[in-house]
Amino acid sequence: MNQHTVKAYGDELNQITAEIARMGGLAEAQVADAIDSVARRDIALARAVVERDLKLDALHRDIEKKAIRLIALRQPVASDLRRTLGAMKIATDLERTGDLAKNIAKRALILAEGEPMQPLTRSIERMGRLVSTRLRDVLDAYTASELDRAVAVWQTDDEVDEHYNALFRELLTYMMGDPRTIGACTHLLFMAKNLERIGDHATNIAETVHYEITGEDIVGERPRAQPTAEDSDPTPNLSTH
Amino acid sequence: MKTRIFRSAEDQTGAGTADPTHAVRMGGQVLPAAVSEASETAGDADRIEAAAESSRQADQTVVATPPTGPIKIAARDVSVFYEGKQALFEVSLDIPDKTVTALIGPSGCGKSTFLRTMNRMNDTISGAKVTGRIAMDGEDINDRSIDPVLLRARVGMVFQRPNPFPKSIYENVAYGPKIHGLVSAKSEMDGVVESALKRAGLWDEVADRLQSSAMGLSGGQQQRLVIARAIAVNPEVILMDEPCSALDPIATARIEELIDELRERFCIVIVTHSMAQAARVSQRTAFFHMGRLVETGDTEDIFQNPRERRTLDYITGRFG
Repeated sequence: MNQHTVKAYGDELNQITAEIARMGGLAEAQVADAIDSVARRDIALARAVVERDLKLDALHRDIEKKAIRLIALRQPVASDLRRTLGAMKIATDLERTGDLAKNIAKRALILAEGEPMQPLTRSIERMGRLVSTRLRDVLDAYTASELDRAVAVWQTDDEVDEHYNALFRELLTYMMGDPRTIGACTHLLFMAKNLERIGDHATNIAETVHYEITGEDIVGERPRAQPTAEDSDPTPNLSTH
Repeated sequence: MKTRIFRSAEDQTGAGTADPTHAVRMGGQVLPAAVSEASETAGDADRIEAAAESSRQADQTVVATPPTGPIKIAARDVSVFYEGKQALFEVSLDIPDKTVTALIGPSGCGKSTFLRTMNRMNDTISGAKVTGRIAMDGEDINDRSIDPVLLRARVGMVFQRPNPFPKSIYENVAYGPKIHGLVSAKSEMDGVVESALKRAGLWDEVADRLQSSAMGLSGGQQQRLVIARAIAVNPEVILMDEPCSALDPIATARIEELIDELRERFCIVIVTHSMAQAARVSQRTAFFHMGRLVETGDTEDIFQNPRERRTLDYITGRFG
């Protein structure tokens, strides 16, 4: 894309994009560290995740301010407008992602007080890694404006849902087998739900990236994981995107 | 399929070739073979891509999304030459009725030249020659049987700087209807003047001083007076050449409000350097560059997601 005739305008747009990249990197690290803190029962790391969330909140506010200022002073149109609004939307998704990571870290603190639940935390870890990868992919797609990569993330959201459904069943089996695990399992269940929501935010970001690049909404069927019939539906129709 | 690619004018109605009044007709552009082949065999997406590719090569392809609703003015293959130098290259553009169409583009892109072809203002410039066909309601406005004076009553023009006659406010508005013999009685003329001033949103400000000189009005008022003068003769089309560039923001807003009201009755074509103004007042936008029409479509599409790279570069301020 050519440079803006008014160089400061282009610089401001680039600054916003750069801040999204920074915020994205931080959100990614928050998710990864939250998962690690669960797996390693690392109290210090969990606390660090909770504290660092303030940084994400501050970045979110800053990006919003910059975007509003740019709209007011530069009146962006077409691709520039989509880029500005896209940054605001992605910043919101990343801020929510950070909140969910913080939530996981807080539960990690509680879990660390009880007995280790090795096989279950490993399942959470696996799901966490999947979600982190998706988040990284979609953020890379954003910085590199790679349409195909964003679409790939959007199309594979069902992988996360499948993971979540499997974890749900696994946890249920545990709780039925040994009611003393109900407390810990409930925390793990909420963590799984939080990870599933982070996956949804990655999907939202993929949609935003697609709109930003093409000016059109993503069309087509997105595969959805079907919960098995005998389950009380672990993913009831509360999907928010 | 919404988007259609016009290949120069060869796939248009063929209008112009049958026009006996023009000794000279520009030949159709020779397009790269790939495009003609693609347009016949490949899907629409490929056609757009092929067209985009060819436009990068030759900068001659036009991306045109046709308007909905009746067409008031249909320009086909319109070229303009000043002293043999070509200023406008085979412009084909449909201008819908009761709609504001904005012509945008950098200085010297041909937008004002094109605007002037629509009421034959170029006739008055010596050494100017117009080829191609411009039809208003299907009738060729360059036909010998058309009287340019009568044409200009049907196609009014508002210029960049307000140009009222150095006469009273009343006489400014009454002049047109008088010379065209539209009214006979004085009382009838009073009615015409009042209704034109009202429609131009100026009545309340001048009702008590109709006999005062128009030169005493502010710039914004003068511009609205000129619009009142134009609409007093009941035109069908109003052409505006940067009507707000000499006005302050408040006066500009009043003119824009007026334009929006007038489009219920008239076909309006406005040349503007302000892209924000084009976005605010028009429903259709045509982007010109280097004497060629580059892209035309609904204003909201042009400003949200233009198809042509040059349009995008221009509206986002990346030109050159």
